[in-house]
Amino acid sequence: MKMTSLDRTLLLVTGILAAYQVAVGIDGFGALPIIAYTIGFGVLLVAGLLLIILGFDVLDSPVVVIVSTIIPLSLSLGLVWQHASFGTWYLVFAIIGFFAIVITRSFPMPGKLPTITIAIVHGIAGLTIFLLPIILSVQGKTQPLFSLVGIGGALIGIGGLLLSFLKAGRPILSRETIFKILPILLLLMTICFVAGFKFG
Amino acid sequence: MTTAAQSSIDNRKSKISLYWSLTKPLQSGLLLATGLAGYMSARCPVFNVGTILGLAGSLFLAIAGSTVLNMWWDRDIDAKMGRTQKRATSSGAVTENEVLRVGLILSVVGVGWAVAMDALYGLIVFAGLFFDVVVYSMWLKRRTAWSIVWGGISGAMPILAGRALGLGVVDWIGLTLALGILFWIPTHTLTFSMKFAKDYAAACVPTFPSTYGLAATRATIAISSVLAALAMVIAGYGIGMDWGFLRLLGVLSAGLLMLAVAITFKPSERVNFGLFKYASIYMLAAMILVVIEVM
Repeated sequence: MKMTSLDRTLLLVTGILAAYQVAVGIDGFGALPIIAYTIGFGVLLVAGLLLIILGFDVLDSPVVVIVSTIIPLSLSLGLVWQHASFGTWYLVFAIIGFFAIVITRSFPMPGKLPTITIAIVHGIAGLTIFLLPIILSVQGKTQPLFSLVGIGGALIGIGGLLLSFLKAGRPILSRETIFKILPILLLLMTICFVAGFKFG
Repeated sequence: MTTAAQSSIDNRKSKISLYWSLTKPLQSGLLLATGLAGYMSARCPVFNVGTILGLAGSLFLAIAGSTVLNMWWDRDIDAKMGRTQKRATSSGAVTENEVLRVGLILSVVGVGWAVAMDALYGLIVFAGLFFDVVVYSMWLKRRTAWSIVWGGISGAMPILAGRALGLGVVDWIGLTLALGILFWIPTHTLTFSMKFAKDYAAACVPTFPSTYGLAATRATIAISSVLAALAMVIAGYGIGMDWGFLRLLGVLSAGLLMLAVAITFKPSERVNFGLFKYASIYMLAAMILVVIEVM
């Protein structure tokens, strides 16, 4: 499917916002959250640039499933490490989850194991990014606008699942529809993250 | 307005358009951006409009002049290559003598302006032009695949010249920035020479792919990408770049390294093209970061 100028513009703005977040938006955080957010937004930035350069065909690469897992895993790890008491456990989960997806996508696996692995890892990471900021802002531990990070989490969860199931051969929506909404989904998600971290 | 006068204006417009294309505006613009970034990196009074305009003007004229002179010299081989045979110099749209005159005028005015601004700056600008036209194009391009090293050195001169203009001396940061460009250029040119291998073979121009094979060329691209990224990060640290900007430079460098690994172990036309484009975006982004950081 051919990428339009509008798609490219949306992806460019997404990349610029992600670049801003890496360079400026996470200053003052602890070492691990900075590393985690740098990886998450960095992957988003580079993936956006590659999409602009190579078009939607780049999504046919088998690496996409792994890349689309890095973003939610690293962002959720940063959030948990900053705001929850089970940071070390979540770090272990993130590492195991990442390698589980790499292994199940790299070698032949029986039955639905690869799909189940994706669903579990994406599901937990996505729910963490979605719920944790909303709970924190409802409890008054952060500014109300921090809940925007949660909305970004919901959007990234949707995008990640759409791409992962498409790659797994069980598409939730048609390939054309996914590609049509992907640039705007990525942009809205990034706006929510950047605004949530800035004003939350 | 008479028909003759209108026709004369149209002819001039058409000729200016032809010569504009001969200056390779995108490539010249990118090299100019490196020169401006080099100047800004010196943290001199960056809002000295006169100096910045002088730098931009002299550097652009010198780069454009050397590019036009290269086109003039290479017109015979350009005519043999599908990619370049429509250039005004090889299609006969402009005369040889006219192209030579324009190239010389642009070069002399550009270098003269640079020398008038600052002797060291002018010397480096002249060195860039000399390496590009005389050493790279006239002497080595048709003899050895290693000519690209000299093309790379000339491409590295604008950033060194810009920083030298700001500081008044050549320092290790300027040399490291220049190394970053020098190592970045093979990523660009070797990818190009793989894509248009048949063209270069038809024109009997030795290239890395034709001399050492595709695997060695890809490995060279990968290594030079790694070295380019390393040099830019070291230079960024030397400039005193904020950690946030260094993080961002690191992220962009990681993207370059990832593509370099991909081109080595899983080569394809698409990855080649991706690396070619990404390398340009990477360098432009690195220059923008240097400029934003010091503002």
